[in-house]
Amino acid sequence: MSAVARIGSLGRAEGVLLWRNAVMILTALLLPVGATLVLRSSPELQDVVGEGSGAAVVTAVTVVALDLFVYYQLVTALVARREELVLKRLRTGEMSDLEILAGAAMPSAMIAWTQIALSAVAAALWFTLDAPVNLLLVLVAVLLGTLVFVLLAAASTALAPTVDVAQVVTAPVMFVLLTLSGLYVPLADLPGPLEHIGRVLPLTPVVDLLRLGLSGITRDGGTVGLAGSLAHAVPAVLLLLGWVALGAWATRRWFRWEPRR
Amino acid sequence: MDPSAVIRAERLTRRFGGRPGHEAVRGIDLAVRRGELFALLGTNGAGKTSVLEVLAGLARPTSGSVQVLGHDPFRARRLIRSRIGIMLQARGFAADLTVAETTKAWAGTLTRPRPVGEVLELVGLTSRRQVRIRQLSGGEQQRLGLALAILGQPEVLFLDEPTAGLDPAARKHTWQLISELLHSGTTVLLTTHQLAEAAELADRLAILRSGRIVGFGTPEQIAATRPARISFRLATASPLPSLPGVVASVNGSAVVLDTEDLQGTLSAVLAWADACGVRLHELVARPASLEEAYLAIAETGDEVAA
Repeated sequence: MSAVARIGSLGRAEGVLLWRNAVMILTALLLPVGATLVLRSSPELQDVVGEGSGAAVVTAVTVVALDLFVYYQLVTALVARREELVLKRLRTGEMSDLEILAGAAMPSAMIAWTQIALSAVAAALWFTLDAPVNLLLVLVAVLLGTLVFVLLAAASTALAPTVDVAQVVTAPVMFVLLTLSGLYVPLADLPGPLEHIGRVLPLTPVVDLLRLGLSGITRDGGTVGLAGSLAHAVPAVLLLLGWVALGAWATRRWFRWEPRR
Repeated sequence: MDPSAVIRAERLTRRFGGRPGHEAVRGIDLAVRRGELFALLGTNGAGKTSVLEVLAGLARPTSGSVQVLGHDPFRARRLIRSRIGIMLQARGFAADLTVAETTKAWAGTLTRPRPVGEVLELVGLTSRRQVRIRQLSGGEQQRLGLALAILGQPEVLFLDEPTAGLDPAARKHTWQLISELLHSGTTVLLTTHQLAEAAELADRLAILRSGRIVGFGTPEQIAATRPARISFRLATASPLPSLPGVVASVNGSAVVLDTEDLQGTLSAVLAWADACGVRLHELVARPASLEEAYLAIAETGDEVAA
């Protein structure tokens, strides 16, 4: 029995539970398609997004998927399982702690990745989506981004005694991360302190890597090719790795497997 | 300490909530032999669950040592988990999965799972396969917990109050299932606050009070620490003969004799009745029950070890 098989078995059960949450599934499917259609129907928005609008759609959907479906959805699911004592029972079995977390996170990650794939298809159909400048950077952005938000979700469960509180706690976090990610508002346009904060938040390097990987656009607005893209990617990758380390440390420190007595 | 023990604990303590905190387990030594059923008997709050959690490797002891199958069950969790099964009082099922989905998902995490259908049959949940957990009764959830604990064909089984909340028929069924597991060589450690359960199932047991073991041995050994009892009623008040070593209490016509030597005392009483032509109504002679021993230990704070 391999770790992968164990994680898969738990992940499937979690997937069934998520599938039975109709609202979540509907939102998950509507987000990428809806975002694409809204953008397409509005010439003003297209002006803002500018050339290569297909890439902008994929970037926006990826960032929102990580924020909403990996982070928010997973915090809620983990708190629910903890309060139902499911996590406590899982720890009586053969799975390691890490495997339990991975299994619980699997459906969230799958949904996010499906949304990203759907958005790429939608963007290719209804917009111009050029071949990515550096596909590797796109994959790194998605995989590291997923890992960071899984860990941050696990750590955030320590702040929420119930599912209701979890939703209250995660909403502002999601909003701040999204607003200061540079996705809608260029960080350079923000007041000094906000710009500095935005530069080190975990969604920002995801946006940077996606723009670089999809279109070769650097942080200062320049354009580079495949060769130049790697050097420009280093700060963002390091920042994401830093968040992975921080998230892992916070999870080890604060994550609880059963409700507070 | 028995070297062949499957579960071994030495000077085990467990303290909750920092300093000074609450000391739930206060120095416990025990050794469970391969193939036996060992019961931890005690009232609520005696520390049974706290002990079981440490023995099963779910929690770290504050001090002392634990070995299960030759390993530290907390640190070497990976080495022994495929060989043990644990059933907690907390059920911990996701409410929106069905019985079959829950069991299959659990089987998918185990090294040597038994067939799902077979285990559900064993606990009598076959007809409830497609039912969501939220629609199960408490007793059914309890049986599902047992099903998951035995799904991996464990050598050692930890059961925390396995029949709490079950109706008499379901309890009997569970007892039978546990007996079958014992016959097939499984070692079982269970906690219970029901004397009848310990008396029915346990090869040996420990009585816990306030985190300490206050009674230890087979049910017969523990019962034997209390005197046997002879009781009868006399139609006419007659003076009793002198019976050395017997505590007699007479209440009207009712006589109760507590004795360490049941056969000797009974012979003397019968001889006296024959000689004097006294009729003994409602004559009962029996050794002390586990229940009497348990109540005596619980009430007086006596400590017994066989």
